[in-house]
Amino acid sequence: MSLARVPSATRCRIVAVRGGHRIPYRLMEMGLVEGAEVEVVRRAPLGDPLQVRLGDYELALRESDAELIDVTEI
Amino acid sequence: MVVALVGNPNTGKTALFNALTGFHRHVANYPGVTVELARGPIRDANAPIELLDLPGTYSLAAQSPDEAIVCHTLCGHAADTAPAAIIATIDASNPARNLYLVSQLLELGLPVVIALNMIDIARRRGLEVDAARLSARLGVPVVPVVAVEPATVTPLVRALEQTLAAPTPPTVRVPLPPPLAEATRALTAAVPDLRPGEAVRLLVDRAGWLRRAFGPRDTLDAALAAARQRLDRDGIDAATAEVRARYAWVDGVLDGVVRRTPPVGDTWTARIDRVVTHPVGGGVTLLCVLYAVFYAIYQGAAPLMAGLEQLFGWAGAGVAAVVPPGPLQSLLVDGVIAGVGAVVGFLPQILILFLALALLEDCGYMARAAFMVDRLMRPLGLSGRAFIPLLSSFACAVPAILGTRAIADRRERFITILIAPFMSCSARLPVYVLLIGAFVPPTAYLGGWLRLDALVMIAMYLVGVIVAIPVAFLLRHSAFRGPPAGFLLEMPTYKRPRARAVAQRVLHAGRSFLVRAGTIILLVNVVVWALGYFPRSAATQAAVDAQRLAQGWDDATYEAELAGAYLRDSYLGRLGRGLEPVLAPLHWDWRIGIGVLASFPAREVIVATLSTICNLGPEDDAQSASLRARLAELKWDGTDRPLFTLPVALSLMVFFALCAQCVSTLVVIGRETGSWAWPVVSFVGMTTIAYAGAWATGAAARAAGG
Ligand SMILES: Nc1nc2c(ncn2[C@@H]2O[C@H](COP(=O)(O)OP(=O)(O)OP(=O)(O)O)[C@@H](O)[C@H]2O)c(=O)[nH]1
Ligand SMILES: [Mg+2]
Repeated sequence: MSLARVPSATRCRIVAVRGGHRIPYRLMEMGLVEGAEVEVVRRAPLGDPLQVRLGDYELALRESDAELIDVTEI
Repeated sequence: MVVALVGNPNTGKTALFNALTGFHRHVANYPGVTVELARGPIRDANAPIELLDLPGTYSLAAQSPDEAIVCHTLCGHAADTAPAAIIATIDASNPARNLYLVSQLLELGLPVVIALNMIDIARRRGLEVDAARLSARLGVPVVPVVAVEPATVTPLVRALEQTLAAPTPPTVRVPLPPPLAEATRALTAAVPDLRPGEAVRLLVDRAGWLRRAFGPRDTLDAALAAARQRLDRDGIDAATAEVRARYAWVDGVLDGVVRRTPPVGDTWTARIDRVVTHPVGGGVTLLCVLYAVFYAIYQGAAPLMAGLEQLFGWAGAGVAAVVPPGPLQSLLVDGVIAGVGAVVGFLPQILILFLALALLEDCGYMARAAFMVDRLMRPLGLSGRAFIPLLSSFACAVPAILGTRAIADRRERFITILIAPFMSCSARLPVYVLLIGAFVPPTAYLGGWLRLDALVMIAMYLVGVIVAIPVAFLLRHSAFRGPPAGFLLEMPTYKRPRARAVAQRVLHAGRSFLVRAGTIILLVNVVVWALGYFPRSAATQAAVDAQRLAQGWDDATYEAELAGAYLRDSYLGRLGRGLEPVLAPLHWDWRIGIGVLASFPAREVIVATLSTICNLGPEDDAQSASLRARLAELKWDGTDRPLFTLPVALSLMVFFALCAQCVSTLVVIGRETGSWAWPVVSFVGMTTIAYAGAWATGAAARAAGG
């Protein structure tokens, strides 16, 4: 399941980060790597971007980037 | 000896810099605020140690100029600042992502001391990092500190001194996947002068930020290409492989080092976020914040402004009483005191605006604003990240343009730079305040909640925004076509703004405004005064004398007519009248024209120029009348028709809202875009738009019967 489809307040674990260049790389440097725990906190008032809790901190990312991240519920 | 302060954005580097040096710097709770390097000596060190405050970065793999600075400096490519050691600040409430950067820093062959910062915040959130254990695992000192409490940093200074006395580079290494490790070894062997740890940085450096530091080098390029080819053949993406290896290492290091006791219930940050990013509440909050800021600027500053105006009035009268009439008196009273006074009078508003921005940034609200508006910025090819530079551009475009260095995407960055000057900066405020105060009645609606003058003020701020939208759109679809920029932003926890940091920033802003008022503006003002005072020919006086005989004027009329004639025949008057054909469609006369000309160096000069022009012109009781009143009394030459009507005032305001009359901004655009073509484009484009906007506004206001 991609992170973009996860309902908010569901704890998940990242199983794969897809896609080739630059952007996923930057996502990964921020800590969105396989094995990390994530949870969608909310969506922005206009539906996008997403506010995500990643380990000990929070991060805003766009839905199109969240699509690249596969997660499973825990 | 130079020691570099490195860390993720918003981990308290600048706060620590201030605590260590006693030298205050801009501190703000928004990722990516430090964009220029600040230096200062450490206060209580036994040996002279110079501290360097670097911009925050999440990684040494540079993807923006800001991050490139960090990697360059640490690798010793910035000649005079090659550091002897690194202080790595880490946010104790978010150890994992902070250690990712640390894992890269440990490989650079420089001694590292870790400042484990924000332990107060971590503790409140139920996180306890075992500093001794972490230190043992990393093989470097780890010193817990609270950067905003300077008393807590002494142990850090001692640890740094010990490290510098016997410098030993750390020896821990992140185990990279074998093919990647092999490639870095091969690269190091082929290019022996690479610094430790630099090989892997070069390998993953796709955009070539780091490569540039080496200049043209064929062996390096060949070795790099060979190493990359080998990795491709093995099907290894160096960059992502590095990230995965490092995060795996970080997990191991932190195992048993961090103790978490999840706090009961929600944190304050979560509670506040629920309101300020709520689908309805969020928008309402944002609008309320913006309205409150502008209301405070307009209302709160009024008494202070009146006081300053009076002060300069007295100073002028005092000088006039001492210095005999003549060119010197006129220079001092009409040129220097009146000019500087008119500008300094606006200091209160500028201070209030910077206070508001400093508070919003320091508490963490700015990142929420960026989060909420990202979707809105997207059609322009921008992201929420551009919102912060654009918002600070309402204070001043210069720091805003410098702040765009944190935007990684080049196209987004350039568009942001080019539209930032459309935001109404504090230098426009004096123009608005003066003209609104003089010509827009303070009619109240809804029982005093809405006032016409405040509404016009808001409209002036909106004009720039509204024009910037199509401009950004146009740029996006012409010079800066390409894939959309991404948006990835850390949402910092809310923090109580620190009075000292905020005060420091506001005072700094005030001081630099005054320095500008005191130097460039004063200079321009004196030049304008001289152009308006000379040549003062005998011919002009003879002509007025002749008229006096013919018409039988009394002394007062004669004096006024003579002053008017002098101004008309001055160099400035000639210049302004030469412009009249261009100004006629706007219903501006030559006096407004010279005001616009003279304000090329900085917009706020128009106020000083107008005040000089009024003082030079015919005076009735001008000593006591305020500049506003005197403006309202200006007439078209030779008629009783007032020069400044509401449409003229509005069109002049719109002109100043949209024009590029600011030398500093143009210079910074040139520097940041690396080309002098952009400031020229910016100036020509903005002036054209400003002229058209002024014409349309004036015409519309006249049609509406204003
Ligand atoms: N409570 C608490 N707040 C801190 C501490 N250190 C820094 N802060 C606050 O954290 C915010 C960010 O601090 P800065 O010093 O601007 O961070 P920075 O690392 O220089 O940020 P950039 O230059 O943007 O990368 C400010 O609001 C500081 O007041 C700390 O130890 N405890
Ligand atoms: Mg800083």
